[in-house]
Amino acid sequence: MSALSAILSATMLAQTLRMAIPYACAGLGGVWSERSGVVNIALEGILLSGGLGGVVVHVATGSPWAGVVAGAAVGAAIGLLHALIVVRGRVDAIVSGLAINLAAVGATRFVLRALYASSSNSPPVEGFRWGGMGGASGAALLARTVTDPFALATAVLVAASAWALMQTRFGLRVRACGEGPVAAASVGVDVSRVRLLAVALGGAICGLGGVALAYDQHQFQSGMSGGRGFIALAAVILSGWRPGRAAAACLAFAALDAVQIVMQDQARGVGYLAQMLPYLATLVALWAIARRRGEGAIEGRVPAGLGK
Amino acid sequence: MSERTRGAALATVAGLAAGWLALALLVWLYGESPRGVVADLVAGTWGMPYGVGQVLYKATPLLLTGVAVDLALRAGLFNIGAEGQLAVAGLAVATVASRLPAATPAWIAIPAAVAVAALAGAAWAAPPAILRARYGAHEVISTIMMNRIADAVVGFALVGGLAIPGTVRTPEVVAGAHLPRLEALGMQSMRGSAVSLALPLAILVALFAAGWLARSRIGREVVLVGLGPIACAAEKIPVARRLATALMLSGAVAGVASIAPVLGYKGYFESGLGAGAGFGGIAVALLGRGHPAGLVLAALLFGTLEQGGLVINGRVPMEVTTVLQGVVIVAVALADARVRSALLWRRTA
Repeated sequence: MSALSAILSATMLAQTLRMAIPYACAGLGGVWSERSGVVNIALEGILLSGGLGGVVVHVATGSPWAGVVAGAAVGAAIGLLHALIVVRGRVDAIVSGLAINLAAVGATRFVLRALYASSSNSPPVEGFRWGGMGGASGAALLARTVTDPFALATAVLVAASAWALMQTRFGLRVRACGEGPVAAASVGVDVSRVRLLAVALGGAICGLGGVALAYDQHQFQSGMSGGRGFIALAAVILSGWRPGRAAAACLAFAALDAVQIVMQDQARGVGYLAQMLPYLATLVALWAIARRRGEGAIEGRVPAGLGK
Repeated sequence: MSERTRGAALATVAGLAAGWLALALLVWLYGESPRGVVADLVAGTWGMPYGVGQVLYKATPLLLTGVAVDLALRAGLFNIGAEGQLAVAGLAVATVASRLPAATPAWIAIPAAVAVAALAGAAWAAPPAILRARYGAHEVISTIMMNRIADAVVGFALVGGLAIPGTVRTPEVVAGAHLPRLEALGMQSMRGSAVSLALPLAILVALFAAGWLARSRIGREVVLVGLGPIACAAEKIPVARRLATALMLSGAVAGVASIAPVLGYKGYFESGLGAGAGFGGIAVALLGRGHPAGLVLAALLFGTLEQGGLVINGRVPMEVTTVLQGVVIVAVALADARVRSALLWRRTA
């Protein structure tokens, strides 16, 4: 099969959807956090820790569902920690995020070695397996992907986040804290509490993405987040901090990821070049956003109280 | 000692104490005795001449990347890209230094190699610098993306002809480009450790950077832009250009960090050589508080932890030291915020 026909196939579409799940979860985490006014580069570390948390509990209990709960809980805990350090401790959000990412890299390897005597990967896990829809054809793969619990959950979470952010009382408060923390406080909103909740909620969703990533590979590998948290953050900025558009941008990055995987099977040199596609695209996207912002096109969409 | 310095010292001590507790806790959770592990760590680093040499060797690139991150930080920028700048520069240095005429004397080869490293590092910092200065795109994400792109580009270049065929390493640099090790310069006791002339060079760079920021016109402007870009713009200081200067200079210094492993230790570049020093430099810069002595002490601390991690790896995973870096960064920043608000409160009261 030529590279082009491989790219334009049902298999490819399935791959793209599958790869988009961790991106989209991290992106939603970023939207919740940054809409409340807390810059969150800790998404990368949350993906990693959430993934490990999920796998550890899955291995220990044998239940993939328990792993999902654990991954979300770990994500929420780290999100809460980040928010506490930034909101209550008044530490620069970039510094806190960097430290959390650094500690997550070390801590996941530490835990891997402590539990499984290997600092590179966990034992294999089953993840979710749907019976009755076997077959190796592209269409069968696509059907399996769309009915995967993580894919369904992500779709629901995107819609629910968009609705909750715009239509619920909590969402309104989150946006108020992100747009004008002082004004929000003056009408009786407990700004730091809302921010803690929003970042923890975002952390839980992001942790879920980490579990999806690990189940997809049927094991946890150290460093497996591979920069996805940062790319998701770029998608958030690109989307103007809106859940639906952020998920769409994540889908685009995931498509590049899928292309990259197909191209890796080509000649070795080409594989290296393909490897940098998602990162290069992120740079170009950043440039495009910044240029538009320079022309005043998206200034109005940046949460005005972000980082304040 | 001024009130500010005393506050910074207090915050550092508090941060280190928190790091210490975290280390003890992790070691204890792993089922080892914290006391025994720490004793091993100290004995394997500062307790023997070889260990001291290795600590100094590990501290050398950390000091340079620390200075690099600090330079950007002074302008209010986070250079998370030192990792990629170092890798690209390492490859560039080894490639150029291995193709010099075999008889090139050291006084030409070494300055040339340092210049190549600086240029390559600055070049790798240029896209984020332009994106930030010209378009206002946040440098944190762009420098991280450049790290990932560096991985791919270095891998591609090695496979694509810069490496010895069938390996992932470049040919050996010419004899004149090797940085002499300190053991060869009369410091016999450090035999076997890779500490080289790169260490005094790194200290010189740290002093020079501090002097440049404090005394030169452009350096002062960089610091002022970091303190208040809007006021600077009102004073007709070219803010965008100073931001770009700071980030590219930061990249240049991060590039120079590659000479410690490439010219001082291996004599060639291989995939992954020097990895980790870029991120370590962030910790060094945050702990060093923009003072050359602070940066040297912070580099020594994290160099000790890096070497110490290898020493204790048999008993507890060496990754505890990475966790420790994160804990120390947060704890010092938290203590700093406390001290700052206390000082502010006292001044207004």
